[in-house]
Amino acid sequence: MYPANYRYTREHEWVLLEGETATVGITEHAQKELGDIVFVELPKVGSRVEAGKPCGSVESVKAVSDIFSPVSGSVTEVNTALGDSPEWINQDPHGKAWMVKVKLASPALPEGLMTAEQYEQYVREETHG
Amino acid sequence: MRYLPKSPEERRAMLAAVGCDSIEQLFAGIPEPARLRRELNLEPGWSEPEVLRYFLERAAENARGFTSFLGAGAYDHFRPAVVDALISRSEFYTAYTPYQPEISQGTLQAIFEFQTLICQLTGMEVANASLYDGSTALPEAVMMAVRATGRHRAAVARSVHPEYRQVLDTYLRHQGMTIEEMPYGEDGRVAEGALAKAKGDDLAAVVVQSPNFFGVIEDVTAAAALAHESGALLIVMIAEPASLGIVRPPAEADIVAGEAQSLGVPLSFGGPYVGFLATREKFVRNMPGRLVGQTTDANGERGFCLTLATREQHIRREKATSNICTNQALCALMVTIFLSTYGKQGLRELALQNLAKAQYAAERFERAGASRRFSGPFFNEVVIRGVAQRGTAERLAAEKLIGGLELGRYYPELAGDVLLCFTETAPRDRIDRLVEIYSS
Amino acid sequence: MADQDIKKARRHVTQNEALIFERSAPGKDSFRLPPLDVPAVDPAVVLGAGAVRGGIEGFPEVSEIEVVRHFTRLSTWNYGVDTGAYLLGSCTMKYNPKINEVVARLEGIANAHPLQPEELSQGCLRVMQRLAECLLEITGMDAITLQPAAGAHGELTGLLLVRAYLESKGNPRRRVLIPDSAHGTNPASAMQVGYQTQSIASNARGTVDLAMLDRAMNEDVAALMLTNPNTLGVFEDQIAEIAAMVHARGGLVYMDGANMNALVGVSRPGDFGVDVLHLNLHKTFSTPHGGGGPGAGPVAVKKNLEPFLPVPRVVEKPDGALALDYNQPQSIGRVRAFYGNYGMLVRALAYILANGRDGLRQSTEDAVLNSAYLRKGLEGHYELPYSSPTLHECVFSDKRQARHGVRTGDIAKRLIDYGFHPYTVSFPLIVPGALMIEPTESESKQELDLLIDALQSIAREAEQEPELVLRAPHSTRVGRLDEVQAARKPILRWKPANGG
Repeated sequence: MYPANYRYTREHEWVLLEGETATVGITEHAQKELGDIVFVELPKVGSRVEAGKPCGSVESVKAVSDIFSPVSGSVTEVNTALGDSPEWINQDPHGKAWMVKVKLASPALPEGLMTAEQYEQYVREETHG
Repeated sequence: MRYLPKSPEERRAMLAAVGCDSIEQLFAGIPEPARLRRELNLEPGWSEPEVLRYFLERAAENARGFTSFLGAGAYDHFRPAVVDALISRSEFYTAYTPYQPEISQGTLQAIFEFQTLICQLTGMEVANASLYDGSTALPEAVMMAVRATGRHRAAVARSVHPEYRQVLDTYLRHQGMTIEEMPYGEDGRVAEGALAKAKGDDLAAVVVQSPNFFGVIEDVTAAAALAHESGALLIVMIAEPASLGIVRPPAEADIVAGEAQSLGVPLSFGGPYVGFLATREKFVRNMPGRLVGQTTDANGERGFCLTLATREQHIRREKATSNICTNQALCALMVTIFLSTYGKQGLRELALQNLAKAQYAAERFERAGASRRFSGPFFNEVVIRGVAQRGTAERLAAEKLIGGLELGRYYPELAGDVLLCFTETAPRDRIDRLVEIYSS
Repeated sequence: MADQDIKKARRHVTQNEALIFERSAPGKDSFRLPPLDVPAVDPAVVLGAGAVRGGIEGFPEVSEIEVVRHFTRLSTWNYGVDTGAYLLGSCTMKYNPKINEVVARLEGIANAHPLQPEELSQGCLRVMQRLAECLLEITGMDAITLQPAAGAHGELTGLLLVRAYLESKGNPRRRVLIPDSAHGTNPASAMQVGYQTQSIASNARGTVDLAMLDRAMNEDVAALMLTNPNTLGVFEDQIAEIAAMVHARGGLVYMDGANMNALVGVSRPGDFGVDVLHLNLHKTFSTPHGGGGPGAGPVAVKKNLEPFLPVPRVVEKPDGALALDYNQPQSIGRVRAFYGNYGMLVRALAYILANGRDGLRQSTEDAVLNSAYLRKGLEGHYELPYSSPTLHECVFSDKRQARHGVRTGDIAKRLIDYGFHPYTVSFPLIVPGALMIEPTESESKQELDLLIDALQSIAREAEQEPELVLRAPHSTRVGRLDEVQAARKPILRWKPANGG
């Protein structure tokens, strides 16, 4: 379920590094917890995001959750299609519902991100803990 | 007590059921020092005739049977009998906020109609379910512009209702905002050059009122152009929305907000009134207050529910767009019924009659040698220069008249000038008498 | 369960009704003004052609009978206090006496202009003065403003007063402490006054954790915002210690008076250390909720905060006449134009006069008795997360029903089929799956017995036929509404079918 080439955060974001660009979204587990997503707020292209700091938010009918950026850098692209189709986040969180692309400030991903296996274990513990 | 549906025997039975010997035991959780060990120092309860008599006596201490020429943010228009008849349906007035849409469709559909009517009147695309009143709608609109632009300076016309500006000051004192005042010119509109002076890339909002506090209709198009040049939002406040029956709506504005009391809500010594706030679709998520949306139920039938609630305090708490919780649903319902009853033709006729009465009065004053203070076009209010001393409250009261507002109270530079309002409720002979008193 | 097991309610026909705009047809009208008695004017000449609008597109054109049927039909789709028990916790949906509506509409009161001369407004001012006196006696406070338009508006006012007072002492401080059981308006209001908020976790009894407060309360804290009794219906029994601790470190105690219905005539905030308090006249003092307002949120304070109250204030002149005093140099200013939601003040005073000291006290006792009776009747059927004694409301959780997939929101919907307005769902936040129930003093034993019966029956349904509860309500005009669709593709106004 969780792609092996992605890395994951404790706040339930995923990140995929390709060259200097990181693509960020929220995980399958996060979308399930939030329920039907009705709106997503994303940073502006050109703005700076910082690892561990909020860079946007997702809303269900009765809840708002921050999206925490897993990486630091500048935003090169945002998935504007989510504005009209927030339901993609429920349908395909790891694919077409990617949220932002970030050009990294330093060439590598920050430390402390989880592999798919570690993240699955983390989710299991969080749900049953 | 007639409001309490229990017999002594039922109280005893209920106490026994919860295992208590006395009602005192139910209050055992309140520590002794916090208990009130005496009766409240109030009179024993009154019968209904006594209550009625008390308020009849108080009512008799107020003006009754007077013709009033006061406006200044509170307007007297004929209220069709259907308004009170329908809002007295207790399914409307004894209901709470429509959190359970399946048994609140009446309130919800009425609010949806209110939102639509406000959009039609103002030329905007979305309107909320109401705010407290016009004065609090102003800071709500300014804070919304701050959220939408990320900037913290606003330029506010001095001709905006002075009490609204006072409320703005109170609200924004601790928000790190700069508020600048734009003076008015000889025509009563925002002074030439004042808008240009306010320009800058830190400007969040330009605020004008139209008709403004002096009754003068502002040049909204010019204000919009200058606001937009700076990337700021134009907020147009409206305290007398009956004007929108004939005056072109401020369609170039980004936010139109104000007071809808004029449209069917009693004067009631200043409240409850009903604020409104309308804007463009792109700003909807920055709006304060409740919104009702159309949707479908499990069977595909049309229905209505509160929506976009994630902006609000009960979900976002300290990050909410506003702390507002209660709105003024029942007053918004009065407006909805009032506008449905007057309708397309009636509202236009109402506005035309107001326009004609104010024109007539201004001409009478002119002929009697009392001139208008401002030269700009006006709707149903007009400032007459220097007549306050002649129109004393005593002289007017002797004729069962309540005169206008002496402006020195809010504008020291206009001391002695009087702001007068002429609606369809003022008969011609009373206007004539008023002019005589003020000009002799 | 079949319909015949539902004792309180039976289905009945309701009329369909379109939007008012869909009833419209050109040329229909329902109101005529008297003929104009001054010369008509050409608006294009008077205002300038560019300033005049044409007809308002889509604006309704309907006859009077259509207006009347339209809104009458809509009203029948609502549930009000006059229909039956309205169980929303912390909302205090009590009976709204009819005489209140009559006196608020009297000539001389309903048509009083807020700026008319004081000599012609003595009756209006007298009502404000008398209400102020009554509320001060009931709360044990020293001074009061009637200006705030609602509870949240009162919170804003109260915190502005706190800030002004502390500024006058040299340091406004930076933070406000708020228990995690508080209403969402509390933190939102604090932010508006420029304070950071800090949440204080409740202890196992559902009250403020003194040790936690001790750690958080320092010279940086302006105020503790407390709801008492809190949203669980529990009185803060350590209120004396709490107030002493806050005061010793230079802070103020703000009380959210949302739950004042538990205290009138029994306990006074002014006597247990509260410095600032807002009341909700639309809760405790019976002014109607109106489908979501208007409310009224007077703010009462202790003597030291009085100089900061909003202007104007009602004062008595040496000759006994009343006047409005704007000369208060330390005042925070205005929080609203004119004097507040005056019509609500009239209604609240009518309620207080009709009840008197005896009736007010009896109302409090009955409200608490009703809640206790209900709690007793539901124990054993629903989980009670906190066992502390409660006053005017009680909070259960859906823990037992959740095992069958039935949550508090589902139970609430099913309760509609039984003829009741549901309780407050999912609040306070410290109780997962909360059912927060406040019966008020206005319910008879009969109505409560029916309610207990209904909730017990739903608890059985949740075990035996959960699907029945999950698909409820079954008896309403519309079923559960698609709130996701409403939020994803908002439709917030009607548009003409062709164009527009």
